Amino acid sequence: MNGVLVLMEQTGSSWHRMSWETLAAGQQLGADLNLPVWAAVAGNGLDALGAELATRKLDRVYLVEHGLLESYTPDGFTAAYEQLIRKLEPSVVLLPHTYQVRDFAPKLATRFGRLLISDAISYRNDGDGLTFVRQLFQGKLNSDVKSVGGGITFASLQAGAYRAEALQAGSSEAEVFAPELNAGQIREAPEAPFRESARAVDLTTAEIIVSVGRGIKEQENISIVQELADAMHGELAASRPICDNGWLPMERQVGSSGQTVSPKLYLAVGISGAIQHQVGMKGAKTVVAINKDPNAPIFEIADYGIVGDLFEVVPALTEAVNKARG
Amino acid sequence: MKILVAIKQVPARDSQLRVDAGGKWIQESDLSFEINEPDAYALEEALQLKDKHGGEVVALCAGPARATSTIREALAKGADRAIHIEEEDLSSIDALGVARLLAKAVEAERPDLILTGLQSDDQGFGQTGVIVAELLGLPHGTIVMAAEVKDGEIRVKRELENGWFQHVTMPLPAVLTIQSGINKLRYATLMGIKKAKTKEIKRVTVADLAVASSPVVQTGKVYLPQRTKKTELFEGDPKEAAAKLVERLKFEVRVI
Repeated sequence: MNGVLVLMEQTGSSWHRMSWETLAAGQQLGADLNLPVWAAVAGNGLDALGAELATRKLDRVYLVEHGLLESYTPDGFTAAYEQLIRKLEPSVVLLPHTYQVRDFAPKLATRFGRLLISDAISYRNDGDGLTFVRQLFQGKLNSDVKSVGGGITFASLQAGAYRAEALQAGSSEAEVFAPELNAGQIREAPEAPFRESARAVDLTTAEIIVSVGRGIKEQENISIVQELADAMHGELAASRPICDNGWLPMERQVGSSGQTVSPKLYLAVGISGAIQHQVGMKGAKTVVAINKDPNAPIFEIADYGIVGDLFEVVPALTEAVNKARG
Repeated sequence: MKILVAIKQVPARDSQLRVDAGGKWIQESDLSFEINEPDAYALEEALQLKDKHGGEVVALCAGPARATSTIREALAKGADRAIHIEEEDLSSIDALGVARLLAKAVEAERPDLILTGLQSDDQGFGQTGVIVAELLGLPHGTIVMAAEVKDGEIRVKRELENGWFQHVTMPLPAVLTIQSGINKLRYATLMGIKKAKTKEIKRVTVADLAVASSPVVQTGKVYLPQRTKKTELFEGDPKEAAAKLVERLKFEVRVI
């Protein structure tokens, strides 16, 4: 039990940006616990990425390389990282809470009889072990979570939980770690990633976005939000459930699985503001939220808010906007 | 094809949540409960695969006695039978412990396919399906948006980030975690509701499953998040609130 291991994520030739946030958290944690900090990345042909990683303040960089790690598979990555962790015996393993991590990290932690503390937003060192803060109920409540029973603490960190700018530069050595893998143990056959047909709606260039969520209740009701969007001279967008229901096309979806937008104004109507939505719109200059629940997480990032029944507020707002325009 | 679908009952989406007296969970007494949304899509996917390939759909649910209403609903929609791991205080068992219980119950059934939602709306660990797969030694696919069964294999469309997708093929049996929106949910028919009353719900207890497991994570206090941003809130009469907001949008944000 002797260090903090950060598992980085790469996509062929570049880094997943959340890896840097997690590495910054790892450096901080190492300093707090007075432990060495190691970073590892799995793949094939990692020289260039490894050289870049070695310019950060780390005690060692491990390049987990194997031909069978060229494409990501949960079986391959789990087996490879398992071997590295058995060798290093870290006390903490930190990962960015990406889609890939969601796919393999629970499996990896289970191999060690541990549970991944997933999607944590912060940690603190109380002296008697690390406490992580997690969100419950789509961000409505927080909870403190602690690893117990001894063994390695596995935790993944939410996007934006730590800042990549806090990363300290330095120099360290990159070492190749060659795991023992054979093709027979990898059961998943992945194909090349693809995007659905070109997007007809580009929300990323919109100055004003009026976005509708679950609070709208019925498809027919969306028209009142469309009217507001028209009055505002803005684009209509939606949170995931609206597109899941087929009420608006997927290309109007804002969030981790949809578009990431940064308009001048983002007006969220009946959107509770789960993290999956927030990551797609946090970059907006001004956020306005209309929601009947004063504890909705959207209010945590809103500049202005109206707590009330959207079926009364939205038409009133449309009228007021039209009046203001004269 | 025998398909097992693991479902969970959670507080209804628009619930006003209050922390309970112990400070470690929410007050449940005044809440209404429903099926966890991604699990509803997993159930629908199971039913559609059965419609196409024949076989049986078994609903598996760990939860207190109140979860019976969610199980009945699954049966009314078309699940053939159900297994209810009855445990009044599920929140005291961590996600690894719950996955161990589910895995034990699955083992005896030997299904060809296990489906579940990608995460729960309450605790949101987002791991149960993957852990069950690992415990059972099965391959898995997560965040699945389409599934096609052919010749003992399953080819799934996985959602990646930023609008990317990927197809992955793996042998059966396998575990899939289903993303909301994969299909269109059906409603239970009157006939279905009637039939559900005669379908079997096998009840087992945690003790029956005899899974040795000590907790590996411990949940401390549960609390309202602290606001980091100062929000100017307009309350009261909608017309007045709207007028005040428009004033800000015009003179401060300058978008009108």
